[in-house]
Amino acid sequence: MAHQATVADGGDNYLNHSKGLMSWLTTLDHKRIGLMYLASVLLFFLVGGIFALLIRLELYKSGTQIIDANTYNRFFTYHGAIMVFLVIIPSIPAALGNFILPIILGAKDVAFPRLNLASYYIFMVGAIFAVAALFLRGADTGWTFYTPYSIRTNTTVILVLTGAFIAGFSSILTGLNFIVTIHKLRAPGLSWSRLPLFCWALYATSIIQVLATPVLAITLLLLMMERIVGIGIFDPKLGGDPILFQHFFWFYSHPAVYIMILPAMGVISEIIPVFSRKPMFGYKAIAYSSFGIALIAFIVWGHHMFVSGQAELANFVFSLLTMFVAVPTGVKVFSWIGTMYKGSMHYYAPMLYVFGFLELFTIGGLTGVFLATLAIDVHLTQTYFVVAHFHYVMVGGTLMSLMAGLHYWFPKMFGKMYSERSAQISFWLILIGFNVTFLPQFVLGAQGMPRRYWDYLPEFTTLNRISTVGSWFIGLGFLYAAVYFYQALRSGKKASANPWNALTLEWQTSSPPPHDNFIETPVVTSWPYEYLPENIYMQGNS
Amino acid sequence: MFNQALAGSVPIQGTAVAARWDGLWDFLIGLSAFFFVLVVGAMIYFIIAYRHRPEKKTTYLTGSHLLEAVWIAVPTLLLMIIFGWGYSIYHSMTQAPADAYEVRVIGKQWLWTFQYDSGRTTVNEVFVPLNRPVKFVMTSEDVLHGFYIPNFRIKQDVVPGMYSSIWFQATVPGKHQVFCTEYCGTSHSGMLAKVIVLDDAQWKAWNLNRPIGNVPEVKYSGVEEVSAQSPVASAQGSLVEQGKAVYEKKGCTACHSVDGTTKVGPTHKGLFGSKVELADGRTVVADENYIRNHIENPQSSTVKGFNAVMPTFKGLISETEMNALIAYIKSLK
Ligand code: HEM
Ligand SMILES: [Cu+2]
Repeated sequence: MAHQATVADGGDNYLNHSKGLMSWLTTLDHKRIGLMYLASVLLFFLVGGIFALLIRLELYKSGTQIIDANTYNRFFTYHGAIMVFLVIIPSIPAALGNFILPIILGAKDVAFPRLNLASYYIFMVGAIFAVAALFLRGADTGWTFYTPYSIRTNTTVILVLTGAFIAGFSSILTGLNFIVTIHKLRAPGLSWSRLPLFCWALYATSIIQVLATPVLAITLLLLMMERIVGIGIFDPKLGGDPILFQHFFWFYSHPAVYIMILPAMGVISEIIPVFSRKPMFGYKAIAYSSFGIALIAFIVWGHHMFVSGQAELANFVFSLLTMFVAVPTGVKVFSWIGTMYKGSMHYYAPMLYVFGFLELFTIGGLTGVFLATLAIDVHLTQTYFVVAHFHYVMVGGTLMSLMAGLHYWFPKMFGKMYSERSAQISFWLILIGFNVTFLPQFVLGAQGMPRRYWDYLPEFTTLNRISTVGSWFIGLGFLYAAVYFYQALRSGKKASANPWNALTLEWQTSSPPPHDNFIETPVVTSWPYEYLPENIYMQGNS
Repeated sequence: MFNQALAGSVPIQGTAVAARWDGLWDFLIGLSAFFFVLVVGAMIYFIIAYRHRPEKKTTYLTGSHLLEAVWIAVPTLLLMIIFGWGYSIYHSMTQAPADAYEVRVIGKQWLWTFQYDSGRTTVNEVFVPLNRPVKFVMTSEDVLHGFYIPNFRIKQDVVPGMYSSIWFQATVPGKHQVFCTEYCGTSHSGMLAKVIVLDDAQWKAWNLNRPIGNVPEVKYSGVEEVSAQSPVASAQGSLVEQGKAVYEKKGCTACHSVDGTTKVGPTHKGLFGSKVELADGRTVVADENYIRNHIENPQSSTVKGFNAVMPTFKGLISETEMNALIAYIKSLK
């Protein structure tokens, strides 16, 4: 991508452009909104993570360790609901996407800055409702809210539902904003065939957000009406159908897993060419496969319900269709590996996280095929195998990618460098800790240990214990990351405009960028992955 | 590592289906190991071979249609094979033979109740014969539950307001673990039961209400000998007899006959398993779910040629009574 010299000299940037708390709370700057999302998401990640560690601690041995069954049931519900609705779903699109998308497009801001700020506040109101439940009677339904349990439990499910309902609108509005931004605000010369893959991924994600989230909203609304007014929709006692709820729920929540992973794949696609110093291998295939995945995402929800009592024909069709998800997913993975071939690879923290992603996501995807296979799923569903599968894709995929993106764009966001050495240590803690925690869970699931169990049979002890010990290393890794990021913010070395020698537009402006992103509107003259054979150097993080 | 950790990590094979299941499982483990090594192995090799060296330029490559065609076609083909294989095993898991020995299962926070044709009821232990097809017809009194027997590789949700079923033909005598797998509240993880598979002699003894002797415990880790198992005392008459009593007590006889004559409503003789024409034009098979639904919501399936006058019995018949009632109607050949 060619570029005018648009690097601002020191002075004005979006961080010092205006001062004081109010200048943040009322900002329309997509970069500040992105950072506010980031801070909120990281805070929720801390809360969700503490619950995770407590769950694992309880499972260290069979029998009561630290909490009773009712508390345990609340904790795994909080953990799941917070991680899904307040961390993984908003993490990359709302935090990194908000910050990076307009700059990488060469725009001054998103299409609707006010709407963008509104989305943030809607998200926070939703979050407050959900978190308020913690201080009342809690919620103990699991993040899936299956009926009729969720109608009958005397915990404060309503608050959590309301929270998820409200947060959903934020997701819809952000999606709309991104679609319009990508259509309308691309810099001169940034044609569709030159669009960075992160933008393609966010585009596909936004479509799912806009189309699927309303279904979740309706489902949650119906559930609230049933709980409050007693209209019989899902509870057979009132003449309703509990399986109908599962259809509604997964009609949203299956596409939602692609809201979680597509942006993550976008981040990976940005980082690999830069650190391999090579053009993206199969740019078009990667761009199109995002839409392939988004499309199939809408017609496979029934694979969560193979043993629910739905018709055998439905199971047949859903299993068949689910198989096709693995094809575009495979195309992406193979293309990423192809990009490394005959490259000149630099191993800084962002790229390490990409390697971590590839290892973990491959396992996550392959075990997805196990679960898509009808007979195999009958034994594995509702066991720890499923728990391990979705942690491999959501943590190994989305969260690793979030970490990759954070390390990649951190110098751009704050104009500072973190300690590379610390970043590498924390990476290894997280990667090894993750595998130690979750590989044994595949075996536990295959052996038959059901999920959402506060207690287990003695024969499952050893593997559970290994898993618990692994979780401490993950915790330690993230704790350490918090420390060196904090140090970097306070006293990190100054970052240059383009430490990775990357070609996309966000690197062609100063670090941190000025209030309007660029001094002059940039003009694009080539595609973003035009790494020529001699362009093998980067300044890096040394 | 992945392969090693998973292979041979499944429970013992308690049925023929479990053996077929394990065959597919082994295939998937092998195939996954192959693709894992392909992807991660290539990655590690590239990490070493193509690390940055100042003197070494890169090669400008933007893709290859041939490679893309290969890595679309080969996985698609493999996935279709996996799908077909998985479906064929699944299909045999769902087709219960007509002569299967039936037990009715009721899930309830947080225990399992089993009702037999003989009229017996047991809790958290279900006695079944070896090498004979057995079918469980299941429902729940409150919330969702899941009935899971790892040794048989089968599982089915147990749903309030309807019947679901599961079947198996056990090939290993002894006690097999049952878990509840659909989250159901406080004691979800304590909602355990055992399927007790009895050999011929024991099965005879159980049916004659005699002590059945030792039954080994079939655990994930192996088989253990444990204490004697005495059968539970018989209840009031066989299940069909109990159903007849319910039928008469609840007043079904006012409008229905059991001998083929038509009264206000159709006769119940020969009803079970027959095709019923409804007033709205549909034709349905009179199975457990149809009968239950007609008792609870008669207006939703008025039979052709009759008036929609039957009252609803929703909430008036308990789950155990409902099972007995259906067993009785089933017996009216
Ligand atoms: C090759 C790709 C994938 C395939 C074939 C696949 C297949 C499946 C199937 C069949 C299930 C249902 C298992 C069951 O409940 O018995 C499942 C569960 C799940 N998957 Fe995937 N999956 C894939 C990738 C992903 C990705 C990318 C994500 C998210 C980032 C994801 C997240 C989940 C979650 C959250 C669940 C379980 C939800 C719950 O029950 O709580 N999967 N997957
Ligand atoms: Cu899904």
